[in-house]
Amino acid sequence: MDRIPILKFGNALLVTIQVDMHDRLATALEEDLTSRIVSNNARGVLIDISALEVVDSFIGRMLDNIAAVSRILDADTVVVGMRPAVAITLVELGLSLTGVKTALNVERGMAMIHDRLAGSEADDADDED
Amino acid sequence: MAGQVGSDVASLVTRNEQNILPEWVELQKNAGTLHTGRISEGELQSQSRNFLHLLRDALTQSGTDTLAAPYEPAKAMLTELSRSRALQGFSPSETATFVFSLKQPLFNALNRDKTLSGEQIASTVWSLTVLLDELGLFTLEIFQKSREEIIVRQQREIAELSTPVVKLWEGILALPLIGTLDSQRTQVVMENLLQTIVDSEAEIAIIDITGVPTVDTLTAQHLLKTVAAARLMGADCLISGIRPQIAQTMVHLGVELNVISKASLADAFAVALRQTGRAVVKARRIEGFALPEKSGRQGA
Amino acid sequence: MPTTKTERLGIRISDDVVRVRQLTRTFALEVGLGLVDQTKVVTAASELARNTLDYGGGGDVTAEIVEQGGRRGVRLTFEDKGPGIADIEQALKDGFTSGKGMGLGLGGAKRLCNEFSIVSEPGLGTKVTIARWK
Repeated sequence: MDRIPILKFGNALLVTIQVDMHDRLATALEEDLTSRIVSNNARGVLIDISALEVVDSFIGRMLDNIAAVSRILDADTVVVGMRPAVAITLVELGLSLTGVKTALNVERGMAMIHDRLAGSEADDADDED
Repeated sequence: MAGQVGSDVASLVTRNEQNILPEWVELQKNAGTLHTGRISEGELQSQSRNFLHLLRDALTQSGTDTLAAPYEPAKAMLTELSRSRALQGFSPSETATFVFSLKQPLFNALNRDKTLSGEQIASTVWSLTVLLDELGLFTLEIFQKSREEIIVRQQREIAELSTPVVKLWEGILALPLIGTLDSQRTQVVMENLLQTIVDSEAEIAIIDITGVPTVDTLTAQHLLKTVAAARLMGADCLISGIRPQIAQTMVHLGVELNVISKASLADAFAVALRQTGRAVVKARRIEGFALPEKSGRQGA
Repeated sequence: MPTTKTERLGIRISDDVVRVRQLTRTFALEVGLGLVDQTKVVTAASELARNTLDYGGGGDVTAEIVEQGGRRGVRLTFEDKGPGIADIEQALKDGFTSGKGMGLGLGGAKRLCNEFSIVSEPGLGTKVTIARWK
């Protein structure tokens, strides 16, 4: 079966969804990401959906789940590049993904993850004082 | 029988074109077609000649049945003429006059024709009247449709004009809303705002509702939808310009806006600057440095 | 309401849901819907196709381009011979789900369209029709 590739970027994982996913592919991605967060000890997950023309409730739920699972595993998930038409449709659908962090593009999303990591390292340093 | 009338009139037109055409153009001029200078006499001449030829061809091929295929070229020309006149601001009657004023010259030509009996003339006049009425009404319908298209386009333009998105600073946008927010307008507002967020890579958008007369449950919902959509794309929204009486109404109605809201656009802008890691400081003379705007006087 | 184009597609496996999205997109483009409206109707189609598959045990969709009073639109009809829905009003409420979804399928699809109608007979199947006008 096809799988969506997951790239490692320092201590973050990067997924770029470029195909119109059928449901099994989305479920597989959710499982793959969960195991990769653990095996790579990742602190951040960046999901680029700028190529997606449609996000329905199934994919929305997948994004929500990934965010929730990664939170438990102490990693931040940031969904980046959502298209305006997709955002308007999701809101109308009643899905505002409040548990998911978002950013305009990959660069901003990566910066968000790094900021958070820098922040927690600073906290750690404070603790040691 | 209709075919007979058709070819009779067609040959009548061919034989009498020299009379019919100038007479028709004259009638149109008298009706004021050229008065406003929207079209030139040359244009009117060539439009009239073209239509007369197309009508003659259609009559030859399918009599007076305007639904038949040979009438398509004539109707296409009327469509074009009607459209352009609707755009040029002609009135409906001025537009329809183009077709209706052709009756008289055609009837005159019929009456001058010595080969036809009184009975033949009467029946031909009737067929022609029906034919030209149909074409005239067709012209009016197209005219009406074109006007409606103009109205729809203008409505869209007004909707877009009334929701400008302005850039306040690098990464900070403002959307000053004026007037009531219905669901259709909300979609235009959202599209505009979200597209501008993408284009300018903005992080924060301030929605200023100083110009929104009332905020009821529905308006609040529309506002929140816009905020939620912007957030999905990775931009934060602030709401500003909530007037005291609106704040009271909102509390009264139990309307909640779970977003940062500020009384004025200036306050919201200050928040936005702070969130993007900027601050506004008062310029003052620092020891050893001259402020640039005073430099002109320093030589004196 | 005259129909100017019709196409029928079976919904049997989860790849078919993707095909329904693509078919809807093609029809929406042909009607000349704006980008947001296209996205809305394609998303609604995706929700309903998944319902047909997951709850109806598979079925068919008929996509049509329709014309009414000078307006053009896309109309989609989803039909299945599944268990049907006993309480439609309940099923239209957000959060209602008998399966694995978020419970936004029917109600969400309704909000994304100009027209929505549903006929269901317990034990016989469900028929959902939606339309989006230009």
